[in-house]
Amino acid sequence: MEKHINVPLSKEDIEALRAGDYVYLTGTIYTARDAAHKRMQEALDAGEKLPVDVNGNVIYYMGPSPAREGRPIGSAGPTTASRMDKYTPALLDLGMSGMIGKGRRSAAVKDAVVRNGAIYFAAVGGAGALLSKSIVSSEIVAYEDLGTEAIRKLTVKNFPVIVCMDRKGNDLYETAAKEYQGE
Amino acid sequence: MRTIQVTDVTDAIREMCIEANHQLSPDMRRVFESACRSEKSPLGKQILEQLSDNLKIAEQDMIPICQDTGMAVVFIEIGQEVHFEGGSLEDAINEGIRRGYVDGYLRKSVVKDPLIRENTKDNTPGVIHYKIVPGDKVKITVAPKGFGSENMSRVFMLKPADGIEGVKNAILTAVKDAGPNACPPMVVGVGVGGTFEKCALMAKQALTRPAGVHSEIPYVKEMEEELLTRINRTGIGPGGLGGTTTALAVNINTYPTHIAGLPVAVNICCHVNRHAVREL
Repeated sequence: MEKHINVPLSKEDIEALRAGDYVYLTGTIYTARDAAHKRMQEALDAGEKLPVDVNGNVIYYMGPSPAREGRPIGSAGPTTASRMDKYTPALLDLGMSGMIGKGRRSAAVKDAVVRNGAIYFAAVGGAGALLSKSIVSSEIVAYEDLGTEAIRKLTVKNFPVIVCMDRKGNDLYETAAKEYQGE
Repeated sequence: MRTIQVTDVTDAIREMCIEANHQLSPDMRRVFESACRSEKSPLGKQILEQLSDNLKIAEQDMIPICQDTGMAVVFIEIGQEVHFEGGSLEDAINEGIRRGYVDGYLRKSVVKDPLIRENTKDNTPGVIHYKIVPGDKVKITVAPKGFGSENMSRVFMLKPADGIEGVKNAILTAVKDAGPNACPPMVVGVGVGGTFEKCALMAKQALTRPAGVHSEIPYVKEMEEELLTRINRTGIGPGGLGGTTTALAVNINTYPTHIAGLPVAVNICCHVNRHAVREL
């Protein structure tokens, strides 16, 4: 099913999404990948505030290539989500409503998705040039010294994703491959 | 004796880094287009169409095909009649990588130390493999390697008794474990034989063999064809979201090995499988 929804996500939108839905996102999301997650975890361990409020927000696991002059961003596709699994349950428990990445997640992440009523989207891996066309603006908001791994605030318009794990824990990666096995 | 200026090596590598990151090589384009026609899953077809549009945008607008523009792997075959002039060859290769990644707006993805992890900010150093060959030519292959798929690669130290079935199972295991993480449809490079490090290097080299060109050894060619069919029956599909296109090519290289061993390395690459080749 194809849907157009706004980000940050509303609770009603999350509830209506099912694994396998093809969704176009419009609004504001944040980027964070390996090094930014490590720093956020260190901040939490030290009892400090996070540089961005994850509550209610969607995090995109992405580190772009540099933007050419006059463009908001370079190539901007998803990175493998499982490298963030170690840090993800804590962020979901703080209210992070969704993630965009690619690939399988751990059982602990699935539990935290279900516990918090969150959602995991996949963007198509290897489509960074195409996906960059749905990013209207990009601004570094934290950890600038990390270069491509800095946290960015992105404005997106009709950014294409697929629901891979819905709030009930239904996992498209588990079901989809079975359908075409042996063909 | 033929003299080659190292600055010519720098210039060639700079251009190849930019080219490989923006344009799919002709061999990959052929197998990719064929997959777009044969995919049976509607969602799989939609994903392949997205990837196809992505390739057009990358080339027209000079946006890298993927934001992970890789760690630069360089194979350089040097004719033994060649003399390099103008400085260190290794420095010249790294200077080519530096200029390619800075001038070409490519992502700087290399950290100086694997545990301290400070970005070198110019994507150097590359990983360089030298080979001395007869003649007076220099053949350079630049193969920028993304780590979504690199992380899913494996080495298996099998026993001779495991035989050909053991090798096939090892390859299938690596592909199934990689699944959606390696940006399928993938290209599977395999090294069989040699030693621990030799089989890994052969697996990487196998990825630079043009897709669709099979091994000259008849039983290896058969194995490549059989494995491609079996991998495409796993159902993993484009993007790992189900379908009949999981791999575009399986390339296997072999080498003599020890009476006690059967090393197998599986180097997995995404559908882009970047490689640019040039001869000086």
